[in-house]
Amino acid sequence: MAFVQRKVPFVGTPETNPETKPFWDGCAAGKLVISRCKDTGKYIWYPRGISPYTFGPVEWVEVSGKGKIYTFSVMERANPPYAIAYVELAEGPKMMTNIVDCDFSKLQIGQAVQVKFVPTESGPPMPMFAPA
Amino acid sequence: MSLKGKAYIAGAWEHPTRKATDKSVTLLHAECAKGALEDAGLSKDDVDGYFCAGDAPGMGPMSMVDYMNLKVRHLDSTDVGGSSYQVAVGHALEAIAAGRCNIALITLAGRPRSEGQATGTAPRAGNPAQAEMQFEYPYGPATANMYAMCAMRHMHEYGTTSEQLAWIKVAASHHAQYNPHAMLQNVVTVEDVVNSPMVASPLHRLDCCVISDGGGALVVTRPEIAKSLKRPLVKVIGVGESPKHQMGGDVDLVYSAARWSGPPAWEMAGIKPSDIKYASIYDSFTITVLMQLEDLGFCEKGQGGKFVADGNLISGTGKLPFNTDGGGLCSNHPANRGGITKIIEAVRQLRGEAHPKVQVPNCNLAIAHGTGGSLGTRHCGCTVILERE
Repeated sequence: MAFVQRKVPFVGTPETNPETKPFWDGCAAGKLVISRCKDTGKYIWYPRGISPYTFGPVEWVEVSGKGKIYTFSVMERANPPYAIAYVELAEGPKMMTNIVDCDFSKLQIGQAVQVKFVPTESGPPMPMFAPA
Repeated sequence: MSLKGKAYIAGAWEHPTRKATDKSVTLLHAECAKGALEDAGLSKDDVDGYFCAGDAPGMGPMSMVDYMNLKVRHLDSTDVGGSSYQVAVGHALEAIAAGRCNIALITLAGRPRSEGQATGTAPRAGNPAQAEMQFEYPYGPATANMYAMCAMRHMHEYGTTSEQLAWIKVAASHHAQYNPHAMLQNVVTVEDVVNSPMVASPLHRLDCCVISDGGGALVVTRPEIAKSLKRPLVKVIGVGESPKHQMGGDVDLVYSAARWSGPPAWEMAGIKPSDIKYASIYDSFTITVLMQLEDLGFCEKGQGGKFVADGNLISGTGKLPFNTDGGGLCSNHPANRGGITKIIEAVRQLRGEAHPKVQVPNCNLAIAHGTGGSLGTRHCGCTVILERE
């Protein structure tokens, strides 16, 4: 079955949580920019302005956009169906996302994927992933 | 100081309705309160502590104490979704032991069925100021696909199968056939479950709980008051609560918060899983049950599929009778929150008041474990262990 992109809703505006502006600026520029703990060097998901590991400062870093599928589920009751997933980024953290541009019946845990930015209805484009 | 045995569940009542088009949520709460107090042999004026959660309309508990005209000296509205009522039993135990109240009333009610909620399949937008909301809502996290992602990963790591998960629904349906109030009263087979329409892969329609209106209430009180009443004595001997979340990005979906809420409850109770005669296990989906059974120590991690297969959860034939009212999978999931009905059925079993076809003989020790929130993102596990005295 050919892939059909669902309409992607958004809630609030990027200004709702001002601390995450670098992430949203990255999305607008087609770059995946996430926060990293300055104390430990560990990457963080979801983006936030304080380290969840040490309560220390974070820095904003563009990551590779490469990852692999940790788990997924195809919502077959939706029209069009969509695949929600956690992707484990090459840099470490696992992020909730959608897998797009693919044959849902061929999705597998462990599959290599690459980030792709998909427009939303009322917000900036969001990072999703397609088979690499 | 251990709080073991410092409180008893003196009243427990489940609303018989499963569709309440003619009632408000607050009326359902009040009817449940009345039912549980009558069950205990108490009146509303005896209540001096009130506990509710997010299903109660209004700011915390305040609208409800106003509506029911309760004069209380202790309030608690900790909201962790469907396990809030396990948490409330634990908090009532603490409040009673601390002298903050003597007779604690806990209520739950809701009418998602009448309101036409697509509970499991429609993502719900929350407050964008909720830190994770903007990073999750666009991707369509409904309830079903969050639990489905846990099932998919569990299958990948441990070889769990859809047929094994289906046995959980099969067992629930064997019990529900004796519950005249259950929404689904037909016994189903493994084939029925795996051949039902896929909702969110790998979970089928029959892997999901029902969407129902209704509610329930509990009365928790101090030992000397419980002993002055005319009901069988059900003592709270173990409680443990714990949240589990994404841990900064170290997401691990093959276990639940029961891994952390179980041990303090077992330690407080001084018993082990093999001592349990009856288990109420939160059953929003079949995978929820399987993971909690593993995490509570009823079997080794990863062996849940084998443990639940071949009717092992069916009362009278299996080793661990579970959810003998039919549970959320077949009977009732009021307000999309199944915690209180888990405790109510455990109380019925300990009192010997379950349906004769599912009553566990000499049932003296029971567990009622809840999982509230979403197993795929952030949730709270709460374990309550009860003993018939």
